[in-house]
Amino acid sequence: MNAAKVLDVKGLACPMPIVKTKKAMQELESGDILEVQATDQGAKSDLTAWTKSGGHELMQETEENGVLTFWIKKE
Amino acid sequence: MSDKKKTTIVLFSGDYDKAMAAYIIANGAAAYDHEVTIFHTFWGLNALRKEEQVPVQKGFLEKMFAKMMPRGADKMGLSKMNFAGMGPKMIKKVMKKHQAMPFPQLAEMAQEQDVKLIACTMTMDLLGLKKDELIEDIDYAGVAAYIGDAEEGNINLFI
Repeated sequence: MNAAKVLDVKGLACPMPIVKTKKAMQELESGDILEVQATDQGAKSDLTAWTKSGGHELMQETEENGVLTFWIKKE
Repeated sequence: MSDKKKTTIVLFSGDYDKAMAAYIIANGAAAYDHEVTIFHTFWGLNALRKEEQVPVQKGFLEKMFAKMMPRGADKMGLSKMNFAGMGPKMIKKVMKKHQAMPFPQLAEMAQEQDVKLIACTMTMDLLGLKKDELIEDIDYAGVAAYIGDAEEGNINLFI
């Protein structure tokens, strides 16, 4: 997937993944895809809920060796 | 009026862990694009105190209060397992290990995200706290201002 930006929040704890995702998202254009890499296990629910609330689209999510990766398309 | 959602939090407690919880929720809500207000009253006011001592005119009781209360949330004790001050040291160590944000950074981030920090003026008088002793860029208000924010609120917490 072609991400316009990759955000690395690995190792960071709540609430940082969501705060940084929001900041990164602000810099993107509508339709752009943001790739977020996180290790906080709560990020799965957090990013899913945040994406839904903001009207964005969670295109895909994967989990590999404890790293959660999300691709979010900006509304 | 803006169509943004609102989160309002009353921070009454003067414990490090509770202040941390309040500021984490505030930062989370700000990331949800909410207009966020934290209304600091009673012991929660100490979260807004400057670290350094500020020379201000005070009576005897007020001086005692000022001495006994922590200057800033970073100096607060824990609500559980404080162990005469060892608790906060231990939890800060564990927080570092898990890369959780310490309170000073949470507060900084909250101000960066335009979280409105309000000091309750009535309890400031009770505890003898003066404006000069509190950090910059905060608002001063009473219950009505808080209700004004909270009545349009979507999330409202008392911590």
